[in-house]
Amino acid sequence: MNNYLLIPFLPLAAFLINILLGRNFLKEKAHWVSILAVAGSWVVAVMALVDTMAGKTINEDLYSWFVSGNFKVSVGFLIDQLTAVMLIVVTTCSMLIHIYSVGYMHGDKGFYRFFAYLSLFTFCMLMLVMANNFLQLYFGWEGVGLCSYFLIGYYFDKKSASDAGKKAFIVNRFGDFGFGLGIIMIFLTFGTVYYEPVFAQAGGFANHTVNFLGYDVHLMTLIALLLFCGSVGKSAQMPLHVWLPDAMEGPTPVSALIHAATMVTAGVFLVARCSPIFSLSETALMVVALTGAITSLFAATIGLVQNDIKRIIAYSTISQLGYMFLACGVGAYSAGIFHLYTHAFFKALLFLCAGSVMHAMAGELNLQKMGGLKKYMPVTYMTMLLASLSIAGVPGFAGFFSKDEILWLAYSGPSPVGKLVWAIGTVVAFLTALYSFRLIFLTFHGKFRGTHEQEHHLHESPKVMTIPLILLCVGAIASGWVGIPHLLGGGAHFTEFMKPVLGHPEGHGTHSEEWMVMAISVIAGFSGIGLAYFMYLKRADIPVRLAARFSAVHKILFNKYYVDEFYSFLIVRPAIWIAKNILIGITDAKIIEAIVNGIPKAIGGFSQVIRKVQTGFLQHYATIMATGILIIIALMLLR
Amino acid sequence: MVPLNWYLMLSAVVFMIGVFGFLTRKNIIIMFMSVELMLNGVNISLVAFSHYLQDMRGQILVFFIITVAAAEAAIGLAIIIALFRNKSTAHVDEMNEMKG
Repeated sequence: MNNYLLIPFLPLAAFLINILLGRNFLKEKAHWVSILAVAGSWVVAVMALVDTMAGKTINEDLYSWFVSGNFKVSVGFLIDQLTAVMLIVVTTCSMLIHIYSVGYMHGDKGFYRFFAYLSLFTFCMLMLVMANNFLQLYFGWEGVGLCSYFLIGYYFDKKSASDAGKKAFIVNRFGDFGFGLGIIMIFLTFGTVYYEPVFAQAGGFANHTVNFLGYDVHLMTLIALLLFCGSVGKSAQMPLHVWLPDAMEGPTPVSALIHAATMVTAGVFLVARCSPIFSLSETALMVVALTGAITSLFAATIGLVQNDIKRIIAYSTISQLGYMFLACGVGAYSAGIFHLYTHAFFKALLFLCAGSVMHAMAGELNLQKMGGLKKYMPVTYMTMLLASLSIAGVPGFAGFFSKDEILWLAYSGPSPVGKLVWAIGTVVAFLTALYSFRLIFLTFHGKFRGTHEQEHHLHESPKVMTIPLILLCVGAIASGWVGIPHLLGGGAHFTEFMKPVLGHPEGHGTHSEEWMVMAISVIAGFSGIGLAYFMYLKRADIPVRLAARFSAVHKILFNKYYVDEFYSFLIVRPAIWIAKNILIGITDAKIIEAIVNGIPKAIGGFSQVIRKVQTGFLQHYATIMATGILIIIALMLLR
Repeated sequence: MVPLNWYLMLSAVVFMIGVFGFLTRKNIIIMFMSVELMLNGVNISLVAFSHYLQDMRGQILVFFIITVAAAEAAIGLAIIIALFRNKSTAHVDEMNEMKG
């Protein structure tokens, strides 16, 4: 156990050292502290994984956080199969992205600050996945949200970046409110917030109902949906997805680490962690599956027409997160976590490649101004191509195995919406391949469409950036090999490994059906790639003509279904109106200021009157004293 | 044997002269002297009671008062001189800096 404490606390130590000494002492060497810390965490995390594989799980309290009546919370650590996988994902991605950042952030004046926040983020994320109770989970949850805010607004002198940071934080408030209520409901129901007793007792409450806002609601459905609220916010699902594309204002390594590989997947982790609760409520599972499916379709269609390279990948992330929820919603939690794990590698890689492209293009993000970068940056090209093949579900790559498992379990599982979400998932697989390769072809193939200066500046990124790309690329290809299904002669080791925590969903179908599902998803992937090749390389006029022909559709997609505008109209502007006219105009100006200014003014006015009594003439005072004494004597005599 | 009442009346008269002097005169030195008169008015009544009641404690108190009055005279005169140096006057109405 004591060794495992190093996993979260090394990054915390790195954060403290960097934030205290970074500005004046470490300066350009700040990265060493953070990288060494996260590398140490990684080593211990691998040890934890090995121990877990040997069947050793740990659930221990470290110290009592607070005790109030029968409410007890400790800082404690739970390391089981699910946590071990998350630890590997978080520390591996974090370490590689730390190294990459050395090159990417080189020469930035906030260098030490950047690494301090990255370390703090890593600490919070590790606390989140290692918690053994809901409150510590919540601590990590809010901690990563805070770091996300810091890092999105890293270039805080840029208005759009600081706005994006605020947006991410505020949108997450909506989800976290539900999450907080969910934890309260759990405490009210079970009298504890520790995972173990909660999950053990959950079955006993399967048929309980609770009065909620005057309706009798199924208790487990209510808890599950409240927890899912938090997931929706954190993992950027509909309708709270709006913050993630804007979060791309942060530095690219941040997008890779926080907004692709780790933090945004915390929502999926939460659902998987609470699978004993979710499994008791068919309604909640259906909501999860449909939210995931609709979000993945919705985000994928937006991704088709965007021109900002990072935003395309951001929509891709939303879409893939939808996939993970889809998996959890059909009861295939281990498939969802499997996809989380493979997705972390190829999506982090895609972001880092995009960062490498940005580096070469001097910050240019517009796809339409790129093209033909293949010959200037071969390493970036190769790694990004392999990552895209992985996300497109080309057989043999990591993304193929996880996506196939999700689709198969959706198709064959017991969920009433299984077939529907399978159909949506297959369409999304096609769209994913299409937009991923649109990105590849527009960026790396064809002719360069930018300015001459930009073309002159093009160069491959330094070694410190390309080596993490290559290492992540290995993950993007090979990470799926631990979960090769029985059908293809593999052992489905990942699902077996997860069985103690997440159960083992069985697909009910024949081998031929399984082959069919796999074939359809592979065909969908390849036809997406093929269509992208045809549309964006062979006949570059088609997209333009399509856009003109279906201008209404194109406009809606290009403007992201006007969700931002809708929220602006429905929430933001009314909120600002209320703030201006009621809170500032009435409450503040008329009530608070009236009290705050009115009382001193009244006292002042009264003083103006009575201060005249103090004449300063000695004899006036003496006369008053004498008169007073006379009155007292008179009263005494008259009594 | 002079009756006690006479002493008390004398005491009251001296005290009241002091009071009126303090309230009506504008010269700060005269006012100061009025204060001394008031003290001595009190002293007379204390001594008279002391004798009447055959109790020495009244006279002990008088000695204390005389001591305090002497100290007060020393400090008071010093203050008056300081005031006079600042204001070049002993008129009490000129000294109203403490008004509200």
